[in-house]
Amino acid sequence: MQVEETTYNYKVVRQFAVMTVVWGIVGMLVGVVIAAQLIWPDITFNIPWLSYGRLRPLHTNAVIFAFGGCALFATSYYVVQRTCQVRLVSDQLAAFTFWGWQLVIVAAAITLPLGITTSKEYAELEWPIDILIAVVWIAYALTFFGTIMRRRVPHIYVANWFFGGFILTVALLHIVNSAAVPASMWKSYSAFAGVQDAMVQWWYGHNAVGFFLTAGFLGIMYYFVPKQAGRPVYSYRLSVVHFWALIFTYMWAGPHHLHYTALPDWAQSLGMMFSLILLAPSWGGMINGIMTLSGAWHKLREDPILKFLIVSLSFYGMATFEGPMMSIKTVNALSHYTDWTVGHVHAGALGWVAFISIGALYYLIPRLWGRAEMYSIRLITLHFWVATLGIVLYISSMWIAGVMQGLMWRAVNSDGTLTYSFVESVKATYPYWTIRLIGGAMFFSGMLIMAYNTWKTIAAGKPYDAPIPALKPAVHAAAVGVQPMPAHGD
Amino acid sequence: MSDFVSDFWHWYIAILSIVGIVGCGVLLKMQSTKRLEKGEKAQLHGHVWDEDLTEYNNPLPRWWAWSFYITIIFSLIYLAFYPGLGNFAGRLGWTSANEYQQEIAQANAEYGPLFDKYMKVDIITLAKDPQANAMGQRLFLNYCAQCHGSDAGGAKGFPNLRDRDWLYGGDPASIETTILDGRNGVMPTLVAAIGGETGVMELTHYVRSLSGLKHDATQAAAGKTKFAVCTGCHGADAKGMTAMGAPNLTDAVWLYGSSEETIAETIRHGRNNMMPAQKERLGEAKVHLLAAYVYSLGGGTPPVEKPVVAVAPAAGK
Repeated sequence: MQVEETTYNYKVVRQFAVMTVVWGIVGMLVGVVIAAQLIWPDITFNIPWLSYGRLRPLHTNAVIFAFGGCALFATSYYVVQRTCQVRLVSDQLAAFTFWGWQLVIVAAAITLPLGITTSKEYAELEWPIDILIAVVWIAYALTFFGTIMRRRVPHIYVANWFFGGFILTVALLHIVNSAAVPASMWKSYSAFAGVQDAMVQWWYGHNAVGFFLTAGFLGIMYYFVPKQAGRPVYSYRLSVVHFWALIFTYMWAGPHHLHYTALPDWAQSLGMMFSLILLAPSWGGMINGIMTLSGAWHKLREDPILKFLIVSLSFYGMATFEGPMMSIKTVNALSHYTDWTVGHVHAGALGWVAFISIGALYYLIPRLWGRAEMYSIRLITLHFWVATLGIVLYISSMWIAGVMQGLMWRAVNSDGTLTYSFVESVKATYPYWTIRLIGGAMFFSGMLIMAYNTWKTIAAGKPYDAPIPALKPAVHAAAVGVQPMPAHGD
Repeated sequence: MSDFVSDFWHWYIAILSIVGIVGCGVLLKMQSTKRLEKGEKAQLHGHVWDEDLTEYNNPLPRWWAWSFYITIIFSLIYLAFYPGLGNFAGRLGWTSANEYQQEIAQANAEYGPLFDKYMKVDIITLAKDPQANAMGQRLFLNYCAQCHGSDAGGAKGFPNLRDRDWLYGGDPASIETTILDGRNGVMPTLVAAIGGETGVMELTHYVRSLSGLKHDATQAAAGKTKFAVCTGCHGADAKGMTAMGAPNLTDAVWLYGSSEETIAETIRHGRNNMMPAQKERLGEAKVHLLAAYVYSLGGGTPPVEKPVVAVAPAAGK
């Protein structure tokens, strides 16, 4: 006990950090394959397991839950320990979450290509895997909140509010939306029917974006941006407002996925209104992150890690502006079901989620293996530019493609018949799909650069568990004082 | 009709929505402070985490707070005019269903006459009218091409509309009826009546022999005697019967395929094929144009004078 308590548990952080890179490569490779399939449908030789319909959920599950999930586990375990100044409450539970989560991912990678699916988007995994997810998630919650409860500092750091909100809400979302009646080992029927099922699904689906892909990653932002910038967070007050407004408002936004469907008008309206209200709370996070850098803008020039972190916030701001706009019914009438949605999602997924994770990992990896910095800073810079260009190609091509598709689908001749058949819009999209494939492949190659850099850093280092510093008297002092405190506590 | 099983849920939604939206504003107001004086610096909040993590306590950016207020106010106004607060319909009385009906009515009023004028023209004449065919083709590409293909060449299970082989008849009236009312082509499984799996294979070889495909003569001969079960629909000469939608088995046209495996599958399990009715969806005028377009593709047969079952030798010409 005594021996253990002298260091932080970095082992589980190391495990999750490495798997973040591994699953990132796997998930993005599958993404590149399905992007290619849209141009060359026979590229996987008509093998059923590799058909688009089966690989697409594999791609989304791999990048969201395997890549994103491992990044969240790694960073939240690291941050909660260091900001609570205490080791994780249980090494066994933490190890269980690691192996349990990897098992979930492997089970997904086997069942989805086999065509075993609930057909609920982002919740495709069948009931036995859903139960495993629930168990692992509860263990995660116990580990995280257990650690918070035995913290040795009086206040809970803002990053932990976001991690905590994300963990609790994802448990709720997952358990409610996955409620199903099993028909056999690998087949179940949803507990909900018809439009209620659709509504529950998109309540889940949009909050998977709001909590898994937003609140959790804002937790990452609130630790790694001020750390890497060496500056205090811009505004505590702003973090309070945007935290509560964000987690409250996101819950209502799901119906905008069901505009112009059988969902009653009142639900569609409320979904649209709360999506609009969500704009300011979302931007609160971006402002707090970017303004943290004020007074140290020059660091952005030299430090590629900071580039990743700050550019991720720009993409976050862009995507969370675009989202409320797309939730307006009139805009949605044009954008819905087009590639614009795909572009929007990837502005968030590549620009925000992946970039903030990559930045955090470049900060973490050397510290976890007892090194001062990554093997090559120039390779981080290269990764940054390759990936940024990739995103720009990806998003802009999908914007153009989406608007074009929307316009083609609604064009009518003088006799009221549709000007274009669906397949003509498919044909017209090929050039943009090609540009998207190039953009996606560039982003993927950036991950390969990262893998090499990670490999060399780990090879040159040794697993390192940082000591837990001795308790200092809590610094409450100057809360009322006039004088600003120096930026560095020690 | 109300969307709610009881008034409770109406109030539940309405109150929760209002409280939620107003609550966002209250939170914002509560956390709003004076702007910093010129030259005044934000203070640190006073806590330190992980050696050097600290927070300033800057006031909320004004422009940001105002953008928040604007969305809140806009939402309340919107909900006064549009449905959202439970059963409350909103002052405009707007519903998506009404909007749809209005758009449809408007489109019918605007475009209806363009199609209606062709109703009086018979299909054979219409099939030679380039403008009518252009309209028919646009309809075909949007409503029919998904199954029959952009070139109307068909696919497995979906008939080719350009050849002279017709399941239900290729005369103008039959084509129009097919599109208007749809078709449901059912072939029952008759495994029991033909002696199980042996019978299936024998019949398969016989059916293949009918159109000169490679077959085993002994098995085909045995199958021929069992074909009696099939003649009710396919006819003694196996040339099919349009009244039943039973295909001609002696030509080289195959709806599902001519391989031994596919034919055996058809005999073993039967088939159930559906062409959906378009009358309700498109209306008779558009179907009329579509029938003319399909007729113009080259496979159409001359009109039948009396719309009776075509077995009577007098029918036709």
